Amino acid sequence: MNRIFVCGLGAVSPAGWGVEKLGAALDRGEPLPVQNILRPGWENSLRGRTVPAPETRPAFFSHPRLRRAGAITQYAVAAALEALGADAAQVQSGALRLGIVASTMSGSVAYSRRFYEEVLREPATASPLIFPETVFNAPASHLAAFLNTNGLGYTLVGDDGTFLQGLALAADWLLQDQADGVVVIGAEEMDWIAADAMRPFHRSTIRSAGAGAIYLRREQSATAGAELAAVTDSFLFTQDQKRTEAARRMRAQLPAPAPGELLCASAPNLALPNSAENLAWRDWTGTRLAPKPILGEAFLASAAWQCVAACASLAQRRFSAANVSVVGTNQQAIGARFLACTPAAEITGSALQKVGGI
Amino acid sequence: MLFPPSKPSPTTAPPRRVVVTGAGIATALGLGWEVNAEGFRAGRRAIRPVTLFDVSRQRAKLAAEIDLPPDLPPTKLSANTTRRLDRATRMLLHAAHEAWTQAGWEPSDGLPVVLGTTSGEMALGEKYLQQAIASPQHQRQQATRIVHYQVQQQGLNLAGAFGFQGPITTISNACASGANAIGQAWEMLRFGRAEIVLTGGYDMLCQLTFAGFDSLQALSASPCRPFDAQRDGLTLGEGAAVLTLETLAHAQQRGANILGEIIGYGAATDTHHLTQPHPEGNAAVAAMTAACATAKLSPAQIDYVNAHGTATPHNDATEAAAINRWAGVHAKNLQVSSTKSGIGHSLGAAGAVEAVVCLMALRGHWLPPQDAAGTTDPACQFQIVRQPADARIETALSNSFGFGGANATLLFRRWS
Repeated sequence: MNRIFVCGLGAVSPAGWGVEKLGAALDRGEPLPVQNILRPGWENSLRGRTVPAPETRPAFFSHPRLRRAGAITQYAVAAALEALGADAAQVQSGALRLGIVASTMSGSVAYSRRFYEEVLREPATASPLIFPETVFNAPASHLAAFLNTNGLGYTLVGDDGTFLQGLALAADWLLQDQADGVVVIGAEEMDWIAADAMRPFHRSTIRSAGAGAIYLRREQSATAGAELAAVTDSFLFTQDQKRTEAARRMRAQLPAPAPGELLCASAPNLALPNSAENLAWRDWTGTRLAPKPILGEAFLASAAWQCVAACASLAQRRFSAANVSVVGTNQQAIGARFLACTPAAEITGSALQKVGGI
Repeated sequence: MLFPPSKPSPTTAPPRRVVVTGAGIATALGLGWEVNAEGFRAGRRAIRPVTLFDVSRQRAKLAAEIDLPPDLPPTKLSANTTRRLDRATRMLLHAAHEAWTQAGWEPSDGLPVVLGTTSGEMALGEKYLQQAIASPQHQRQQATRIVHYQVQQQGLNLAGAFGFQGPITTISNACASGANAIGQAWEMLRFGRAEIVLTGGYDMLCQLTFAGFDSLQALSASPCRPFDAQRDGLTLGEGAAVLTLETLAHAQQRGANILGEIIGYGAATDTHHLTQPHPEGNAAVAAMTAACATAKLSPAQIDYVNAHGTATPHNDATEAAAINRWAGVHAKNLQVSSTKSGIGHSLGAAGAVEAVVCLMALRGHWLPPQDAAGTTDPACQFQIVRQPADARIETALSNSFGFGGANATLLFRRWS
């Protein structure tokens, strides 16, 4: 039996903390407000969609390991804990072997920028407290410490599609019995340098931040709302394989359109007929959902939100299956397919809230 | 498809044996197997004053830099692309070319690549920030810096250089990245997810990382002295190492020259602290134990340990405690050294570089010595290899531990 079930979802996004907030924003289908990001030394501010402060301070903020942690860690841990739900306590007690697959493209960009600015000013006084937080695997490490688990933990770095690679890796760990459950996280954070880095490429793209998490297990528990049916191969963008060809090959590995299915796309604009992704899916006659026009561009967090939204919609019984398509920033085209679980079951957290923008 | 697996479930099929058929290496000792083997066998040190960036205001001023030649080995990349390649990619391509030609592989569609790094081409990120601060309105070269600084770009360059099509997986588990990458590649082969995998690790010296370790007071002002009673910190280095891994059946079918076998891998997370290991090395013991368990070997059957051995007071004390605990009564017979004594700590490359060192030692029948002088920390119940020595070792274990509590152990067997 090679079945893998989605047993929990978590999200932190510009819409707020939790899958419910994500679902409500996608349900409204309107782009979220854009904030000005102050850019030191220049009167022109940058634009971004930031994560609002949580309405109530999450208890994990006061954990000794998390007090100094950066925003990316806070988002990643919050999303992971929401996805894990009651199983977090089992992990903490040692009753459940948890694997952690964290993924990011930019990592701890705020602390990295801040630390390097200190180095440029005076290296002798650069903060030793900040530097360790700059490593890509800091969020996964803090999560493991909070959950008191010493199991497998990888941090994957790459473009948006890397989150889906993480799902496949997690499935492998489960099939190889290396873990009882695996939480897969995609996370990014906001900083003026991150927003600035969008300028040379797509001036209309709004940088955003947050995290999404999917909790996978082999057992179809009461919290299983969806099943991971497939992760396509990763088709690289190379000299010999352009984006359109990579997207086409990814599309070809997923089924033809069928009634009652959802396509959750990575496109920043579904109305552009010639984008690689829209071309690849031009045969799709069913419902489409694209979170980026609403939430902004948050790379691996965006890919995670796509998967979270797709799985939540399956848990609500709004669709029988959902395809997730990611034509990434500069590395790969990759897709995933989820199926609604039967019999009907509740999913962790508030993911049964209506997920909209559909 | 990455999922579901096309082959039988690993629970119903026995794991497959995995061998190394090509290995390339670039360190401060030089480029290539031969010069590095000679250097590691002699215990040569390649630590010198930093020239890549300004360290005049740093406490420590030494590192192990690679002398990169201006030319690259022949690849499929265009002259224009080659000219623009960054330092990290150049190191990686030197190592990959050596491994690739040694293995005699042909470009293929669907060759998995698993790499480890901590910071990719961070020097370009540094330049981006410097210019963004100094002249916000000027974006000349900024787009190129953004693209090429990203970790995935080095993997894409590698795919372009040899004309294959991924997938590319990059693991960034701090200083265990290289070992984790090889371990992940090994598991892919072992459980039938691929027949061949290109894997390894790389990291270049950069100012941010250098200043970071200096801010932690983790750098020594003199060349590092792993497991020495008077050790006072690490020396940073840079490097790249690439391995071509194949299932034994695949390698034998095509008559490949086998350099060694990977027989075990273990990984564990130390939750004690973000930068300091648990004093008793719990996760290190777990990683070494897991590696031995997969190989069905006991510590008594391990002939040589290439230690993580950074030479910081905390790391070496913890690793010594962990090796003592793991090896038990057999510790006294164990030969241990840290080759970081010669080439510094190359961070995300270290696990891969040290994997190649283990293969060299197994094939060449010698033990890699570390610095000859010094007094071994009495906490070490094992023997530190301090002089060049011939030895017919059958098994070698390599430890890699990183920030965030990433612990990984690889286990190799001599191929005969």
